[in-house]
Amino acid sequence: MNTTKQQKYWKENLKYLAILLSIWFLVSYVFGILLVEQLNTIKLGGFKLGFWFAQQGSIYVFVILIFIYIRLMNRLDKKFNLES
Amino acid sequence: MDIQTWTWVLVGLTFTLYIGIAIWSRASSTGEFYVAGKGVHPIANGLATAADWMSAASFISMAGLISFDGYDGSVYLMGWTGGYVLLALLLAPYLRKFGKFTVPDFIGDRYYSNIARVVAVICALIVSFTYVAGQMRGVGLVFSRFLEVDIDTGVIIGMFIVLFYAVLGGMKGITYTQVAQYCVLIFAFMVPAIFISIQMTGNPIPQLGFGSAGTDGVYLLDKLNGLHEELGFHEYTSGSKSKIDVFFITAALMVGTAGLPHVIVRFFTVKKVSDARKSAGWALLFIAILYTTAPAIAVFARTNMIETVSNTEYDDLPEWFSNWESTGLITFDDKNKDGIVQYVADKNKNELTIDKDIMVLANPEIARLPNWVIALVAAGGLAAALSTAAGLLLVISASVSHDIIKKIINPKITENGELIAARLSAVVAVIIAGWFGINPPDFVAATVALAFGLAAASFFPAIILGIFYKRMNKEGAIAGMIVGILLMLYYMMKFKFDWFGGGTKDDWWLGISPEGFGTVAMFVNFIVSIVISSFTPEPPTEVQEIVDNIRMPNNAGEAQKH
Repeated sequence: MNTTKQQKYWKENLKYLAILLSIWFLVSYVFGILLVEQLNTIKLGGFKLGFWFAQQGSIYVFVILIFIYIRLMNRLDKKFNLES
Repeated sequence: MDIQTWTWVLVGLTFTLYIGIAIWSRASSTGEFYVAGKGVHPIANGLATAADWMSAASFISMAGLISFDGYDGSVYLMGWTGGYVLLALLLAPYLRKFGKFTVPDFIGDRYYSNIARVVAVICALIVSFTYVAGQMRGVGLVFSRFLEVDIDTGVIIGMFIVLFYAVLGGMKGITYTQVAQYCVLIFAFMVPAIFISIQMTGNPIPQLGFGSAGTDGVYLLDKLNGLHEELGFHEYTSGSKSKIDVFFITAALMVGTAGLPHVIVRFFTVKKVSDARKSAGWALLFIAILYTTAPAIAVFARTNMIETVSNTEYDDLPEWFSNWESTGLITFDDKNKDGIVQYVADKNKNELTIDKDIMVLANPEIARLPNWVIALVAAGGLAAALSTAAGLLLVISASVSHDIIKKIINPKITENGELIAARLSAVVAVIIAGWFGINPPDFVAATVALAFGLAAASFFPAIILGIFYKRMNKEGAIAGMIVGILLMLYYMMKFKFDWFGGGTKDDWWLGISPEGFGTVAMFVNFIVSIVISSFTPEPPTEVQEIVDNIRMPNNAGEAQKH
């Protein structure tokens, strides 16, 4: 495979990583830690929202993020003919 | 049947299963011994990774910690799951493509240097030993309570069982045994949680139950906050740790998770790069089942416990209380001699001390669940501790036989010789780990949490830069790893073991606890690595080609033959 194609694939990969890791940071560090008091003023049933993100929500999002990544990368591998 | 008979039956049955699987899948070559012949299905690998990962700390201690710390306990929940996102996105696919057996293998080849390899081996050994000692202690704890043997005997029984299937089966034996162990441990964790959730809230899903209202119509969390306020504890849904400390501890646990050698090595066991990604996804899904249930158990157990013991006549307390009192893990000291249990935050008035580690084990007893459920929890705790211990022992033996003997001391060793060396080093490792389990230095519990800081401070930057920064050279990586791990060891010894003049909470740098300091040491490692590498020659072309190659997922290939 030629180098420009390799670079394109890698760039696309890095773009996915940047987007997914921003969401990773947002749900845990921002919602669960930095803004927890502000979010705790909102209630979701018996849960305060900030507390819920710290002990439940962030974990659900983590699982979803990895499965989105798997899909995106499988599609990208196909597009660049890099499946093994 | 009583609890003890049930425990014998369930522990006996599950152990027969584990050992049966280990014998059935005996490893025959070194490749199979370390990484299961690279033919494990992603879902099976995900299950095994989950069992490998969820240790006595996750199963036995974590819900108890959360139940006492409330919101502050979130650091474990986010830290120990968020690390898998890093692992799946930044490490697993590339390390699988690289296609060697161990983490020091990657570091040694990528940084074209045996010094780098040796530094990585030493870091791997420090991390794995601190971790495994805690597991052996966990096994001893479960045995001592439920089989009524003393804790040392418990540790010795555990040593023989771990040794038996780790040495006999190697990674392949471990993979399928761990699949079985995951099933046992998750069943044992969920059954009491579901029972108690129905009992307290009428909702069979614990994740929803702890946000629901109790039988009296009050939301469970509001009730618990009220109880905490009444007794003088900090509000359950808010923490008492500083924000910066919570931030740094979470980061250290996440990055440490991604850098733990026994977790990384699991991703070498699948066929393709895309399977390595899938494995990480499945692993986190299976882990998340336990991790989202743990905070629910924490709330149920805390509420139940306070309601049962607080302001109750000592003579009216249920049987579980005296059972645990006899192990010394619950103590009652009637300071005002009124015969009533005062459980309050004020240390001068509080009469009850409860070891946080007993909450998960005692929870079904507190909720008056049937005896078989209580015994099941014991079997689950053992599964969790043994599976992690076995995975760690494999990393230790691979580090010694493969990274040190084969790659550095005697490259001409035969495959058979290497297999024997691997098994011998597993035996030695079990004995040392058992010794630590029987004679725990006071700081074992503290050190387990710190193993993550050590992994974050040493491996993580070297691996990430090795993949994402082609210009990274050996000088930078070696300097970074050494500075990172030494800085972390220094801070840990200063504030945990009182060496180098010691210090208290007020002396912490920027208010960051030793548990969170791994994040700081990791940043220092990154900076040192990048600065030093920009002043030293760039890596040779072959190495830069390796980097280009691992970034492409195709032609991952089989394990290199020895």
